[in-house]
Amino acid sequence: MGENGIGARLARKEDPRFLVGKGNYVDDINRHGQAYAAFVRSPYAHANIKSVDTSAAAAAPGVLAVFTGDDIAADNVGPLICGWAITSKDGSPMNMPPHTVLAQGKVTYVGDHVAMVVADTQAQARDAAELVNVDYEELPAVVSTGDADAAGAAQIHEVAANNTCFDWELGDRADVDAAFEGAVHVTTLELINNRLVPNAMEPRAAVGDYDRATDSLTLYTTSQNPHVARLVLSAFFQIAPEHKLRVVAPDVGGGFGSKIYVYSEETACVWAARKVNRPVKWTAERSESFLSDAHGRDHVTKVDLAMDGDGKFLAMRCSTKANLGGYMSLFSSAVPTYMYATLLAGQYTTPKVYAEVKAVFTNTTPVDAYRGAGRPEATYVLERVVEAAAREMGMDPAELRRKNLIQPDQFPYETPVIHTYDCGDYGASLDKAMEIADYAGFQARRAQSEANGKLRGIGFSNYIEACGIAPSAAVGALGGGVGLWEAAQVRFNPTGNVTVFTGTHAHGQGHETTFAQVVSDQLGVPVENVEIVHGDTDKGPFGMGTYGSRSIAVGGAAIVKAGEKIIAKGKKIAAHVLEAAEEDIEFAEGNFTVAGTDKAMNIGEVAFAAYVPHNYPEGVEPGLDETSFYDPLNFSFPSGTHICELEVDPDTGIVEIVNYTAVDDFGTVINPMIVEGQVHGGIVQGVGQALIEGTAYDPESGQLLTGSFMDYTMPRADDVPSFNVDTTVTPSPLNPLGVKGCGEAGAIAAPAAVMNALTDALGTEAIDMPATPEKVWRVAQSRQAQAAE
Amino acid sequence: MPTVSMTVNGKSVSKDVEDRTLLVQFLRQDLGLTGTHVGCDTSQCGACVVHIDGRSVKSCTLLAAQCDGSDVTTIEGLATNGELHPMQQAFMDNHGLQCGFCTPGMVMSAVDIVKNHPNADEATIRKELEGNICRCTGYHNIVKAVQQAAKAMGG
Repeated sequence: MGENGIGARLARKEDPRFLVGKGNYVDDINRHGQAYAAFVRSPYAHANIKSVDTSAAAAAPGVLAVFTGDDIAADNVGPLICGWAITSKDGSPMNMPPHTVLAQGKVTYVGDHVAMVVADTQAQARDAAELVNVDYEELPAVVSTGDADAAGAAQIHEVAANNTCFDWELGDRADVDAAFEGAVHVTTLELINNRLVPNAMEPRAAVGDYDRATDSLTLYTTSQNPHVARLVLSAFFQIAPEHKLRVVAPDVGGGFGSKIYVYSEETACVWAARKVNRPVKWTAERSESFLSDAHGRDHVTKVDLAMDGDGKFLAMRCSTKANLGGYMSLFSSAVPTYMYATLLAGQYTTPKVYAEVKAVFTNTTPVDAYRGAGRPEATYVLERVVEAAAREMGMDPAELRRKNLIQPDQFPYETPVIHTYDCGDYGASLDKAMEIADYAGFQARRAQSEANGKLRGIGFSNYIEACGIAPSAAVGALGGGVGLWEAAQVRFNPTGNVTVFTGTHAHGQGHETTFAQVVSDQLGVPVENVEIVHGDTDKGPFGMGTYGSRSIAVGGAAIVKAGEKIIAKGKKIAAHVLEAAEEDIEFAEGNFTVAGTDKAMNIGEVAFAAYVPHNYPEGVEPGLDETSFYDPLNFSFPSGTHICELEVDPDTGIVEIVNYTAVDDFGTVINPMIVEGQVHGGIVQGVGQALIEGTAYDPESGQLLTGSFMDYTMPRADDVPSFNVDTTVTPSPLNPLGVKGCGEAGAIAAPAAVMNALTDALGTEAIDMPATPEKVWRVAQSRQAQAAE
Repeated sequence: MPTVSMTVNGKSVSKDVEDRTLLVQFLRQDLGLTGTHVGCDTSQCGACVVHIDGRSVKSCTLLAAQCDGSDVTTIEGLATNGELHPMQQAFMDNHGLQCGFCTPGMVMSAVDIVKNHPNADEATIRKELEGNICRCTGYHNIVKAVQQAAKAMGG
């Protein structure tokens, strides 16, 4: 479909409703007779609950019920679970502590859920929540990632000695150590990957609704994966059988990972709806979001890179401690292991890699996937140590990288850390980025900055990520509890327009447009006649949802596969009507044509014939409605080069990004406008992590100090520049669209690019993210003092 | 409960509300105008921006009662006769929105920015957008949209 198909910069189909205020987010949904929930949250990071007195709250105006952890447990609802099993080095399973929907006996972080009040109005529910009297016995808190497993640290969970969930490894330690023996140069770095709060602009919300007539429940919820939510709520939390539970995720205002998980609040709302026999609604205040949305990152890492005299990488060794927070969130164990260590080979031919990861509990908000999920952490470790190695060896950082890149003729390329990369041309991205960034002119710009009293630096980040998550058998072999295929149903309606159901979910990504372009391109139907439907478990087949940049690579492929079935069936129908042999029917641009003739039917006429089958082939079922379940053959591997150039004012510590270039290889690009938008947004989240976003807990009390937008520095328009964004294209040979996924690249690449530029400007590796003006100023001042000595 | 009366998107409305009712609650819950969003509880994010008597205001920061007698325009009232306002059109043309949640406030703020700074350069636009947080777009395309709209609005 020519101008609006694959490759078109088509304006989004979803935009008009959002631009005039007609979006339909969960908090916009109101059910008849709806009551409101408010949650009583722990003010302590670590405490035993001695008693919960709900009597005053229960007697408050408008209150319908006050529920505690014991009430929910009495209905056998819960506990919350982690869906990915990790095995420690010694063969023992991970230590998964109990995680009840509402706390029973103890709380493990500030904001932990203690009780739930349901009342006629939101204000009444919140007022009454203040009246719940909880008697806490405060316990010492464990906050620091690095010290959580230290001798003498307070113990959070009985099942997890030394607050350790697992101590996992990937690779052969002895083999890697032996490779280090032959090294001419070893570069070592110690790095902190700072904890982040995802902060989708729409706070989480839920409406639980009970239908007495059918004894079934509906949950409207801010989810990236409503089918998965239904499965988890049903199979693991025992809310209701799957066929008696509908989960609807309508318009969702951003996710970034934080809306993958099934949290206590929506579980409690849908459970309570049946208890009070009224719809129950809860909408998070932003303060609650800060406390209870799963956080991201929070690693402490030591990395060693071994090289020969020419800078050829011989081996890498990486030891990481990862903070899980107070409990295990849904996929928390996979993020610092299989989503992280498997990317430590990066774009390079490093033959030997060893990684060990110890996951620890602390009295902080649970940590799980946040945009990139493990891959930003891997890229940060690898690209920082590569840049540092170039500086130590006196080599140009681009040339050191180039010397070690996997070459285009080496694919498929098996890395030492599980993955087999399908395709890529890493040198092409590097070259193009260097040209756009005018790397050749950098030294002159640096000299000019110096003359102006400023420090200028430039930094690279050659990232790779594993997207298109993922072949189900591979996921299962690595401990995942689910299959990560995707489903699509392509339904031609009798009048020739098309409804497409996808198991993925869009919360900003523009699937209603991108997927419609794919369908339009394949089936020759105008984009405006294609409706993409997602987000309702009562519509279309089961699906696995959206995360890990999987939607186009897996969900898009499923749509194409269903479309292929439509074409195959259409050929049978057209052959019959056109009185030709099926093998003589060709399909192109929406028309079934008898080869070598001008006899043709368009796909709309075929659809009509399928639904009004008066003149119809024998043995062919009526209807034109096909479903495909697509299990990918491999992950996809987007890659690219980001180059950041920045200027530091040593007198104020203020960092200005003066030029940021991203050249990404996402394979085939369906809608370049949308893809560029994904890159822009990702870069800013990465720049935020590098320079301003820090999550601070009081080290003694475990109080979250950055619990609002006044304390946690979200990037604003004047904190960031505009960007130079371009692509190179090596289509993936492993899916029918040749796509790879683009949602996370910016957030994966940017932190290393920014910090490599900053450490270049400052002349030291010794500064951690977020490199706030105060930190930068202190380092700049001490460097100047050293220089003066 | 006091009675609050105002003009919203050209229509006169009058409701009895609790004293503590915020303007944004009045718009969303009492009038069903759910295009105006609440993204925070500290008046930082700007998802709730509306126009009161022609000026952009964070509707989470005012009591409904304070707006008695005012002329309020929300995102639902910006388009005229089904035709998008140049700012709405510019956001669409430039992909200045992704999840759409910050968008109503962003658009309402941007209209006021262009009114006050018809020839604003990129730095000024970025500075003026400081009261509106977007987590999706990285602002790049929002800035482009505001620049396009400024031209269309006669700047």
